[in-house]
Amino acid sequence: MNARARNILGLALVAVVGIAVLVLTPRLFDLDVVLNLTVYMIMAVLALSLALVWGFGGILCFGQSAFFGLGAYAYAIAMFNIGESTAPLLLAILVPAAFAALLGYFMFYGRISDVYLGVITLTVTLILFNSINSTAGPEFHIGSARLGGFNGIPGIPSLNMPFFKDWQIDLEGMFYLSTASLILTYFGLRALLASHFGRTIVGIRENEQRAQLLGYDPRFYKLATFTIGAALAGYAGCLFANWGSFVSPTIFGLAQSAQIIIWVIIGGRGTLIGPILGCVGIQWLTAALGANAPSGTAGWQALLGNVPLILGAILVAFVLLVPKGLVPTIADLGAALGRPRTRALVGRTQEAAPR
Amino acid sequence: MSAALIETRGLGMRFGGVHAVRDVNFMLGERELRCLIGPNGAGKSTFFKMLTGQLRPTSGAVLLRGEEVTGAEPHEIARRGVGIKTQVPSVFDGLTVRENLWLAATRMHRGAQARAAVDAMLERVGLSAIAPRLVGQLAHGQRQWVELGVVLSTDPDLVLLDEPAAGMTDQEVLRTVELVRDINKTKALIVVEHDMQFVRMIASKVTVFNQGAILTEDDVEIIMHSPVVRDIYLGKRAAV
Repeated sequence: MNARARNILGLALVAVVGIAVLVLTPRLFDLDVVLNLTVYMIMAVLALSLALVWGFGGILCFGQSAFFGLGAYAYAIAMFNIGESTAPLLLAILVPAAFAALLGYFMFYGRISDVYLGVITLTVTLILFNSINSTAGPEFHIGSARLGGFNGIPGIPSLNMPFFKDWQIDLEGMFYLSTASLILTYFGLRALLASHFGRTIVGIRENEQRAQLLGYDPRFYKLATFTIGAALAGYAGCLFANWGSFVSPTIFGLAQSAQIIIWVIIGGRGTLIGPILGCVGIQWLTAALGANAPSGTAGWQALLGNVPLILGAILVAFVLLVPKGLVPTIADLGAALGRPRTRALVGRTQEAAPR
Repeated sequence: MSAALIETRGLGMRFGGVHAVRDVNFMLGERELRCLIGPNGAGKSTFFKMLTGQLRPTSGAVLLRGEEVTGAEPHEIARRGVGIKTQVPSVFDGLTVRENLWLAATRMHRGAQARAAVDAMLERVGLSAIAPRLVGQLAHGQRQWVELGVVLSTDPDLVLLDEPAAGMTDQEVLRTVELVRDINKTKALIVVEHDMQFVRMIASKVTVFNQGAILTEDDVEIIMHSPVVRDIYLGKRAAV
């Protein structure tokens, strides 16, 4: 099977699984399960945004949650002021994108090195966390929306059909919207990565100097990637604000930022399906550990009840043992199984190659 | 000679107290081939980096077809038709040979035209048989060819080659000589090379760098028999 056939087969498989989940879940499961799955889908869109920026663009962004949170807050604030969700939805995408474009302009055109890029993005999300956290008083409001500080903003009106204010999207509708968004995001990113732009950003990740010497401006391509990733994260933030009708500053917090990176590390950089699986898997595990009171001795209970500790252990295990992440490692294993054949092929092509 | 393709005026580069390149006045015409030789640390690679915008000169100017490009970004200089093969092969290791060439060719062509250009270039540099392989898995000599193919795919008017024959077998060196002659039919080249046999096979005119400055510039046969040039290569005392 050649690469093209494998590629088409993979796409078809994702499409079938995606549509099956979309259509069957509400028919097979109770509403509480559907609600839980909805947030998995929303977070998977967020995971894809970092998969693009870090996995393909090679930009280590520790502050993807900043754009997620900005999207959620932009939606909430605009919604209280406007009341009809078309413009708030667009703002939830545009505000983080504009913010990323501005921040990225100074980082990329200022030639900030990779490590500092991580530091700056992390700092930015923490600044947002602290700023929003300290806006609890009634004097902090934008239009008729009170920022609420550490209490967050409750009772955010839900999305409606564009331009039809009374046609609101219910809980099941949110599941359909989130799942469809995830599927579309996946295929949209696949198309982007297959385009000249997508292949160029991967080239820049591979060798920035070479790309530059061929006439590509890495600063521009990185800025564009960073901005697209922020827009996507902002959209996920809008969905998230809808899902719980609530946002709070923890959305900008360290735990949230770290989580997104863990999803991508576990799923595998340089893939799209990996971060989706990493995101859903980790969230499922977190929920399962939190929900089921573990049996056994008190010590054992305390250990299993400590979710951050277990997640940390998983992260360390992955970084040490499966550094490429799940999906690339499985792909490598698959390739290793077919190795005798590959080796013979390699031998032949090397003979055929001119000296 | 008509207007110079590339010209440097009083070009200098200082790293702290070290004067890596000083007051270099260099000129190359359209479709000219020039070899740069000189001992290690003579400033040849620094000179190349200034020509391609990777280093911003601390003094002097670089002119491309009479237009000043001193301090321009590398991608801007590349877009004006300067291509460089670096000393250590600089290629996209995680991509296949074909993708490497495609990324370069799409600077000039799109769609089917780009694919045709890639196929033609694969043929030209003899990589058709290994087109689907990842460049990171190839031998050093093959990576050199990939980089040559990548550089030529952007169709530059001036090709800079930094030690193109390094790490190649004798047969590969001969093929490189052929390729250089072939490129020179339509393009200008500057080649940095230590292998004097190689230089003799391709060049008529040679520029000798020593201690960051141009020592001399002359016909290859005269350079090869020059006692001064032999001294800077062999007699360390003369270079102190």
